[in-house]
Amino acid sequence: MKQIAHWYLSSIGAKLVMAVTGVLLFGFVLGHMTGNLLMFAGPDAMNAYAHFLQEKGMLLLAVRAGLLAIFAVHIASAIRVHRQNRAARPEPYAVSSYLVTTYAARTIFVSGLIVLAFVIYHLLHYTLGVTNPEFLRMLDPQGRRDVYGMVITGFTNRAVALSYIVAMLLLSSHLSHGLTSLFQTLGLHGPKFKPLVNKVGPAVAIVIFIGFASIPLAVLSGRLN
Amino acid sequence: MILTLRIWRQKHARDKGRFETYEMKGVSPDMSFLEMLDVLSDSLVDRGEDALTFDNDCREGICGMCSLTINGVPHGPDQGGTVCQLHMRRYKEGDTITIEPWRVSPFPVLKDLAVDRSAFDRIIQAGGYITTNAGSAVDANAILVPRADAETAMDAAACIGCGACAASCPNGSAMLFVAAKVSHLAHLPQGAPERAQRVLSMVSQMDQEGFGNCTNHSECEAVCPKEINVSHIAKINREFIRAAVKSIF
Repeated sequence: MKQIAHWYLSSIGAKLVMAVTGVLLFGFVLGHMTGNLLMFAGPDAMNAYAHFLQEKGMLLLAVRAGLLAIFAVHIASAIRVHRQNRAARPEPYAVSSYLVTTYAARTIFVSGLIVLAFVIYHLLHYTLGVTNPEFLRMLDPQGRRDVYGMVITGFTNRAVALSYIVAMLLLSSHLSHGLTSLFQTLGLHGPKFKPLVNKVGPAVAIVIFIGFASIPLAVLSGRLN
Repeated sequence: MILTLRIWRQKHARDKGRFETYEMKGVSPDMSFLEMLDVLSDSLVDRGEDALTFDNDCREGICGMCSLTINGVPHGPDQGGTVCQLHMRRYKEGDTITIEPWRVSPFPVLKDLAVDRSAFDRIIQAGGYITTNAGSAVDANAILVPRADAETAMDAAACIGCGACAASCPNGSAMLFVAAKVSHLAHLPQGAPERAQRVLSMVSQMDQEGFGNCTNHSECEAVCPKEINVSHIAKINREFIRAAVKSIF
């Protein structure tokens, strides 16, 4: 046990934890996006899917608790790694010049923090009904929770819709570095893989952005109502 | 040509340090960068000022002593070379050049542009070696090494330990250096007996020295005078996982 704690606290151990929790969180993001796209299949498909998830009861609760734990570990490791990195260069260069690193890589900590703030707002907005308690009382003609109507009402507010789109931009930036980086961290990288792996992150990030942002954009433009 | 040099001057390890600006006249394009600094330093001494301190030794790109960050880039603008291999023909009349020491907390500035890189020596002492029988030399080729492994090991062994990787890393991480050493020995049969312990000890020492964590920016690969590839960092990550799993069972 002591040994495992020692590895976790080492720089490579911390990175492995970031990579593994990152993959799991990405799995959730992918599932969430696929579910969201049911909005385009109409109110019945969306509400039936939401009903299917809510019926799971304890299982749903367990998955949510697991996700929360993974999220917490990912964030805790990120904060520790970030603080160590800052401590390693107390005196910055007067002239700083980067040759190959990307904007997404350099801002991954900040984009992560903003995504965290967004997740908190998102949960208060749609899941817990704190900002809009009326959302949880909306029912469709079959008596199921009207998730479709809730999303439409939510995104009719321009400020809310825009903040979701901006948050998805930052999530994509975070993933574009993270998804490429994790191959290297897990050791699944080498001269043969390099050209492919370097494209994975940015390519998937674009798909994720389009998938998520398409819904508020469709509501704003009146295609979904 | 005439150049403006902004150079970090620091009297000793505890001095706060500051930039001094020097107008440098009569710079020949045939001079090496370090020869230009020699001329500047001599002229400072002639004026009764303190000589400029900067590390250098072989001046042919193999010893790893020279360590200047030029306009934000360790070892300057030429790819795959050290500062001592840089020539003034790279610059033109009127250029301003900012020269700073390596900026990583485990490499404290000793004086001006010279830093203490003994942190790297301690990482090597933690495991960057092999044990072997002393005595008469073994027959050549008594231990077979696959050609591809020998090539990869030699690529990693090209590391001269200059520290540019840590100096260039936005996180101040020394992963490319440690990875090169671990990967070099992990690819060879001679490194096999200490293979698992080596990576764990060297990574542990690297962390204790206060280097940052690798977040895969690849700046190190871009400035490395020996052009060591970040795939060696993937290799050290694999070695770490292997050693950690091995020690559980």
